[in-house]
Amino acid sequence: MCGIVGLLVKKPELRERLGELMMPMLLGMTERGPDSAGLAVFTAPVAEDWLKFSVYCAKSGFDWIVFEDAARHALGKDTRMSVQANHAIVESTAPAEQVKDWLKQAWPQVHLLSVGQRIDLYKDTGTPGEVAARYDFAHLKGTHLVGHTRMATESAVTPAHAHPFTAGEDWCLVHNGSLSNPYSIRRKLEPLGIEFDTDNDTEAACRYFEWRMREGDDLPTTIHKGFEELDGFFTFLMGTRDELALVRDAFACKPAVVAENDQYVAIASEFRSLAKLPDIKNAKIFEPAPEEIYVWRA
Amino acid sequence: MAGVMERAPQVRGGKVVFDLAELPLREVNQFLHQDLRAAGVKEVRVLNPDGAHSIAVGLDAPVHVDIEGHAGYYAAGMNQHASVTVHGNAGPGVAEGMTAGEVRVKGYASVSAGAAAHGGLLVIDGDAGLRCGISMKGIDIVVGGSVGDFSAFMAQAGTLVVCGDAGDALGDSLYEAVIYVRGKIASLGADAKVEPMTEEDCVRLGALLKKAGFAHDPKSFKRVSSARTLYHWNADANQEY
Repeated sequence: MCGIVGLLVKKPELRERLGELMMPMLLGMTERGPDSAGLAVFTAPVAEDWLKFSVYCAKSGFDWIVFEDAARHALGKDTRMSVQANHAIVESTAPAEQVKDWLKQAWPQVHLLSVGQRIDLYKDTGTPGEVAARYDFAHLKGTHLVGHTRMATESAVTPAHAHPFTAGEDWCLVHNGSLSNPYSIRRKLEPLGIEFDTDNDTEAACRYFEWRMREGDDLPTTIHKGFEELDGFFTFLMGTRDELALVRDAFACKPAVVAENDQYVAIASEFRSLAKLPDIKNAKIFEPAPEEIYVWRA
Repeated sequence: MAGVMERAPQVRGGKVVFDLAELPLREVNQFLHQDLRAAGVKEVRVLNPDGAHSIAVGLDAPVHVDIEGHAGYYAAGMNQHASVTVHGNAGPGVAEGMTAGEVRVKGYASVSAGAAAHGGLLVIDGDAGLRCGISMKGIDIVVGGSVGDFSAFMAQAGTLVVCGDAGDALGDSLYEAVIYVRGKIASLGADAKVEPMTEEDCVRLGALLKKAGFAHDPKSFKRVSSARTLYHWNADANQEY
């Protein structure tokens, strides 16, 4: 079991309150996912030639100041960084590949969680309430977000195994359900040079989607191919730089509820995560149909 | 047995109101199970259900319960004598395992509505999700809207009435339950077949529609029941059905 939440605000003034509006949604999914939580928020973009990198270091007391100095030295003097507990967001004009290589070689203990112009990503072990407090989710600002609470059923409970998973730039995926063929997908993708960070089943889906998009498929085509390749149960919620996309397996084995009004689109595994949203009584509430792709644009 | 609630609820004229924004659901369900009869309560309102699971499950007294909002998983499950109305949508497994009584959902019902229920009446004003009436064993289910795929899968006894459309694999592996569908059937499941409506069907369906509060003409429905070809093992079928 796991819990999924997604929120996309339609009014610019609500972007300031994105995290605050989301908090009861994530906390409402605590029973479905008490062991880890994670969230990707899509913010205003960094300047044209810039990228931001969400990174994580499990070691408590890690010296981020030394890391920042090294980043400026390796990636350019204009490199900026903000730290929140075990996470940091690095903003740089260096190309993504240079940053990835530098991290891999010089800082193996620092894990890259996301790359893009809009995405910030946090994930960690602990209850949703603990993780949200650790990374101050309540004050996040942005146009849309994707969140997850995890009850692990198939692989270890570690920050790396928590959701969201990312592929490419400004793209992430969360999953409620379980896949029965993650290893055959992995055996298919690894010879193509696609690397895996964990043995998590959702990561197999994520790498599969990454591969299809890298090969030039658009998101709907990628998802349709996923219906053929991915065996198992899933509700997938994906975030792109300006969209939320939702899809359920053919048997609708895993729940999902959507609430929409002129202020927001909110998605959760269950209504209890939507109950505290403003003006929810007048929102259109529905359950997404199986194998139908729902996309909302920020 | 003494009451289990820390604060005794205020009963007025056989009515009592519980607000789930203030009271844990467990206390409300314990009152419904243990204190209801002694307190002479005939009507219960549950405010702010907000999608909580298992509201008003296992009721075994003739009481009316109004759930004033959306309910989560298993609302009014295992009902025996109560009449429960959900003034909103119901989550997965509403009225599952019911043996008698009546459950009404004013909005839509999620998957597995009325699953494995032995008796009573479940009325869903809106649509029902996938697997509505799965393995039903005697319940009557009337859905004002449409039902999702695999509805009445392995349904053994009772009646499923669908005023809208039915999804794929309707009535797969049916036993003796009967399905009436007013709209389109996306596809029938293995061993389900459409049959002509008899006079007896019209009387039975007319009575059910009236009880459920729908004015449709029974003659506008199709009857789906078991072709009974799966009742006996056919070694020559080579697992193809």
